[in-house]
Amino acid sequence: MKTDDLIRLMAEDARPGLPLRRALAVALVAGMGLAVTLFSLELGFREGLLQAMQTPRVLVKIAVVLLLSIIALVLVSRAGRPDADLARPARALLVPVAIIVVAVAAEFLVLPEADWRANLIGHNAVACLVMVVLMGAGPLAALLMALKRGAPESPARAGAIAGLAAGALAATLYALHCPDDSPFFVAAWYSIAIGALTLVGALAGSRVLRW
Amino acid sequence: MTRHARDEEWESWLRAALNGDAAAYDRFLRAVTPHLRALARRRVAAFGAAPAEAEDLVQEVLLAIHLKRTSWDPARPLRPWLGAIVRNKLIDSLRRRGRHAAVPIEDVMEMLAAETDAREDDRRDAAQLLQQLKEPQRSIVRAISLDGVPVRETAERLKMSEGAVRVALHRALKTLAALYGSTER
Repeated sequence: MKTDDLIRLMAEDARPGLPLRRALAVALVAGMGLAVTLFSLELGFREGLLQAMQTPRVLVKIAVVLLLSIIALVLVSRAGRPDADLARPARALLVPVAIIVVAVAAEFLVLPEADWRANLIGHNAVACLVMVVLMGAGPLAALLMALKRGAPESPARAGAIAGLAAGALAATLYALHCPDDSPFFVAAWYSIAIGALTLVGALAGSRVLRW
Repeated sequence: MTRHARDEEWESWLRAALNGDAAAYDRFLRAVTPHLRALARRRVAAFGAAPAEAEDLVQEVLLAIHLKRTSWDPARPLRPWLGAIVRNKLIDSLRRRGRHAAVPIEDVMEMLAAETDAREDDRRDAAQLLQQLKEPQRSIVRAISLDGVPVRETAERLKMSEGAVRVALHRALKTLAALYGSTER
């Protein structure tokens, strides 16, 4: 085929469709719609959430997942652009990690050793894993679909970023429900759930986001 | 024209194109192509592949620009985006060609000398490419690209709605991009 003929074809296919940014915004709203529906059907807010939020453990828990969500969303907004700088927002991820590390260290200091195990295992670790992954599935699928419009430098990395964002958002919702507030619990189970979604995102991304 | 002025011109054309201006889009693609070609020729020659393969690469890059153009943020400069798209496609194609045997340097020099003779005709036979498309994509691509019939008339000719022709055309371009990107040549 001559290049000239190909250009004619492309010029006739002139409607570009949604810009990537807007597609991502739509995906986020749709995905979170699913997650919030699941949240209100199956979980709901914990009792006395407002009072609980005045205690340092709950504050730290919510701050960490919220901060992680915000940074991950900044990364998502750039992941589909081949010319984007991902390094700087990626470095910002160290902040929530540092907060939780410090919180875990503080917990070691203030909790008697006899209580460590109970605080790590909490009331319902399995529910945490299952519900965070389930609530994250919708946002992950929607973000991956939107990212297909993009041209990511690394498809696996873009998928992982989508998984991280979906996991962090789902964890934020779950944090509003779960009565387990110890940094031990958050560092262990939230990380596993978010990590699992990140891994799924990377695997899916390396397949569906190739271009 | 200065590099800066050219960049601005390309940006304004692609910006208009993203708002649905087909004529501006056509201008943009035609302005970018000779630059892509010069670059592709240099890379292909450096790798010791046949000069005609450069045109394959040009078309592959053009298809990537086309299918991924909404990932350019019009508030940002175009050059880094374009450069990243081109680089990615060059790396892809070098990887694929990495499986072929290298060509000795004397042959490369000969090819470089002959480069000005290489016309833009692609090694890929249009008929062969078309064969890999399904109907109605094949008829649509043939009508628009080879016969130069616009979408509206193509729709009348094939007794399809304009929208259906547009959808099929877009799918056909995706299929073509996949064909270029596949390892079989």
